[in-house]
Amino acid sequence: MTWHNQRTAVAKLATGVPGFDLIGYGGLPEGRSTLLSGTSGSAKTVFACQFLAEGIRRGQTGVFVTFEESPDAIRKNMEGFNWNIPAWEAEGKWAFVDVSPYPEQETIVSGNYDLNALLVRIENAVRKTGARRMSLDSLGGIFAQLGDSCTVRNELFRIVSALKKMGVTSIITAERTEEYGQVSRYGIEEFVTDNVIILRNGLEQEKRRRTIEILKFRGAPHQKGEYPFTVSPNQGVVVIPLSAIELTQKSTDMRIRSGVPELDRMCGGGFFRDSIVLLSGATGTGKTLVTTSFIAGGVESGERCLLFAFEESRDQLFRNATGWGVDFEKMEEAGNLKVVCEYPETGSLEDHLIAMKAVVDEFKPQRIAIDSLSALERVATVKSFREFAIGLTSYIKDQNVAGLFTATSSNLLGGSSVTETHISTITDTIILLRYVEMHGEMRRGVTVLKMRGSTHEKNIREFTIDGKGMHIGKPFRNISGILSGHFIHRPQDEMDRLREMFKEDADGIAQTLDIPSAGDRGR
Amino acid sequence: MSYYLLKLYVTGQTPRSRRAIENLRRICDEELRGEYEMHVIDVLDRPQLAEDEKILATPTVVKELPMPMRRIIGDLSDADKVLLGLDLQSCQLRSDTASRKEEGVDLA
Repeated sequence: MTWHNQRTAVAKLATGVPGFDLIGYGGLPEGRSTLLSGTSGSAKTVFACQFLAEGIRRGQTGVFVTFEESPDAIRKNMEGFNWNIPAWEAEGKWAFVDVSPYPEQETIVSGNYDLNALLVRIENAVRKTGARRMSLDSLGGIFAQLGDSCTVRNELFRIVSALKKMGVTSIITAERTEEYGQVSRYGIEEFVTDNVIILRNGLEQEKRRRTIEILKFRGAPHQKGEYPFTVSPNQGVVVIPLSAIELTQKSTDMRIRSGVPELDRMCGGGFFRDSIVLLSGATGTGKTLVTTSFIAGGVESGERCLLFAFEESRDQLFRNATGWGVDFEKMEEAGNLKVVCEYPETGSLEDHLIAMKAVVDEFKPQRIAIDSLSALERVATVKSFREFAIGLTSYIKDQNVAGLFTATSSNLLGGSSVTETHISTITDTIILLRYVEMHGEMRRGVTVLKMRGSTHEKNIREFTIDGKGMHIGKPFRNISGILSGHFIHRPQDEMDRLREMFKEDADGIAQTLDIPSAGDRGR
Repeated sequence: MSYYLLKLYVTGQTPRSRRAIENLRRICDEELRGEYEMHVIDVLDRPQLAEDEKILATPTVVKELPMPMRRIIGDLSDADKVLLGLDLQSCQLRSDTASRKEEGVDLA
């Protein structure tokens, strides 16, 4: 609970829409109407249906007033979300008020009229079902049927006031013509001024990005700004409440083995049980190997491990692991390992995040590895990627499991990646794998750049890869500039001379030599 | 001429309801020479019927016979529109009140 909840004067009704209640500090203002405005295709109808479906799940009945689609179309369209509306109707939990266009009968207007018939039908449906929730979708439909007249506006205003008297909590949807501009077409917000939510479905760099924003809740607090959301086939609308994430993760001193004993030693005795490790390196430096060792080490310690692979197929991964003496297939059969391979292009980042959360919830792993996080960069804008990385990291931390993410740096030598820029501050440990050019030969180096809450080795060590995996050897002594990719070789005798000068802290010299390059990297 | 079946939906005994009933009765008596059946339905008494018939506004006249079915909403104070809705007059002749009745009967 946050402090916001304690001083809310207006009672909130939990919608049950995942993530929404967090940004709405408990849900929608109870007993009031909320305008839900969005462009065409912004998931207004899904949200409106989900509001009722979640209510039914919580034992609250609902009425759906449809001004555009026929009830049959809605029943059919919502089947995909596993919302069995016909069954709910039969059980008296859901009632339609059908105000969809009636093209079979031409309508002619002669003189003054009112919308009392509609009001009577709504009241009748509420009485019949004992509804606490109502969705009206979408008000623009009534203007399309009766024209944009003063009468229609006044009548709608009267209906909205009547809803308040009935004590139902309602969502009224309305169209907008553009993502940023007037709240709604026909100025419907003028009747429903208390609460306004906006759904957006903007196009950024050829990618769709859905966001939800609570524009206002009169007299009630809420989170501000746009939050990404997605429409998931199983859950409907799922809001990803980034800034509403609470920093409540516990911390432990318990260490786990990384799977590479020498790497454990470099990290002061292994990774922390609940920490996130970022492993960064150019292509081919051995990130997948470290990931494989991390998984194998976990399974050996009797932990359940989950591997998300976004770069290689299952077959490739399994073959590579076999090449390093690790049998993924046997581990999966034993039930200690789950490997999920997915092309990043199969969905938006929000979809991936929700799918990954679902797998984590189901498998309940103690270790999670993602190889690689930067592969997901290519399906999203920078903003979306940052939100995804933060959302994922906080979720994994919340589960108190160990996470290993790999990031591919764009340059072969030195350099950093977008992934690092966005998540380096929220990861607990950063390990760098780098190519090192020495006398016309490419060697590999590994270093622990940071490790929260622990001392760690500061050297850049050489490592080799063979049929048994990764072997970490001695530190590079007579070369500097490895991290920046601008190597400077120092002759051995100069090294020795320096060592003589500061004999009492021989190791410190190596550090001093490396530090400027670490600064160059500029994380 | 065709036999007319008209249903007039109103909400309660409001002045607007009464006006609609009076207007419809007058027009029918004048134009249909008693060859019609008119039912007044109060939506307050029959909310489910309003739901089944998808009545949105009141007053609403539903012309069930002759086909095609048609709706006229409002207090029916604009007689020309009512005649148009009852297929008793073509659009072009709307302003020509002198020939209205003759034409309307012929068309019906």
